[in-house]
Amino acid sequence: MSTFLVEIVTPERKVYAETANMVSVTGVEGELGILPNHIPLVTPLRIAPVVIKRDNKVDVVAVNGGFIEVRKDKIVILAESAEISTDINIERAEAAKQRAEQRLAAKQQDHIDFRRAELALQRAMNRLHIKQK
Amino acid sequence: MAKGMRDIKREIKSKQNTKQITKAMEMVAASRLRKAQEAAQAARPYAEKLKEVVANIAAGTRNVKHPMLENRPIKKTGYLVITSDRGLAGGYNANILRKVTQTIREKHKSTDDYVLFVIGRKGRDYFRRRNMPIVEEVTGLPDAPTFADIKTVAYSAVTKFAEGAYDELYLYYNEFVNAITQVPTDLRLLPLEEVGGNGPVTSYEYEPSPEGVLEVLLPKYAETLIYSAVLDGKASEFGARMTAMGSATKNATKIINQLTLTYNRARQAAITQEISEIVAGANAQS
Repeated sequence: MSTFLVEIVTPERKVYAETANMVSVTGVEGELGILPNHIPLVTPLRIAPVVIKRDNKVDVVAVNGGFIEVRKDKIVILAESAEISTDINIERAEAAKQRAEQRLAAKQQDHIDFRRAELALQRAMNRLHIKQK
Repeated sequence: MAKGMRDIKREIKSKQNTKQITKAMEMVAASRLRKAQEAAQAARPYAEKLKEVVANIAAGTRNVKHPMLENRPIKKTGYLVITSDRGLAGGYNANILRKVTQTIREKHKSTDDYVLFVIGRKGRDYFRRRNMPIVEEVTGLPDAPTFADIKTVAYSAVTKFAEGAYDELYLYYNEFVNAITQVPTDLRLLPLEEVGGNGPVTSYEYEPSPEGVLEVLLPKYAETLIYSAVLDGKASEFGARMTAMGSATKNATKIINQLTLTYNRARQAAITQEISEIVAGANAQS
């Protein structure tokens, strides 16, 4: 079975680097399943889990936005933050979710705050979702 | 004991205390410097990858239009200045602030022609005292700043440019060369220069479109540049502090040596005098 290298990089560190058989991500246009020898592609990502299949294992990584660069033998995901499922702190995510919900429920707020709270909620939900799987 | 001697002794004691403190600060700075350097190194792959992709798009597609690549006539300028929160770092803050003030004085006549973004308490206090227009400030950054820590200021600096609040954005920070040398640097961040793509160009498929991808990428790219400048600034800060405290310790040692010498001389003089007094007294009696 053919394989390729998958790297997930954030501004702070390299979160993930493994050889894998398949990667499935959620791009802005929809879900993508990528196999080795895919045509070179660049697309922004949504806040969603990235599923990486290698041998008989499946790794799930919480990727918060960013984008993916696909080459024939290598995939690079660049995101502002990303966590492997084992690194997710469930209490923190839970607290973040509640905070974001409160902010969304609050009246009187400008557009930017609302948008920010929305994104925070998405991130928290994404983390919790992965952890509970 | 003569009175002069007691004073000298007290002074030696006080210099020794100072030396102890500067020595400790030097060692703390040295260990933090190592961590800051590692952080700056760890951030490099992300920035390089981003640059590579942006360069690739720029090289692969002609005539992409994006507000961040547009050269507009310059009416107003934005400055993002990176300083430290704490002092005792030698010329770290003074150098960069002098450079900024000089440029501003040369280029602008009134405070309406420019705006400032400041990172670090030292810089904020400096500009505030001079009544210069600060739009956004970040203070109390941790020693190892995360991307989230500077995200707000970076985002607002980039968006305000895209909205047309100013027509160019400069980044002022201390570039880290090594522990002893930090160079105050200015960098024109926006509009983005031709991103030099000299590597092999891969023709990518873009989803939804090259413009759409660029729209997401360029702000991120600019923010990343700001983040790496902040990390560089942190490393420089610790480098500067380490050097400054190292030379302070050295100076303290020198002063202590001098004072000890004077003290011993005074002590010897006092003993000699005492002896001669005793001898004189004995001579007078016999």
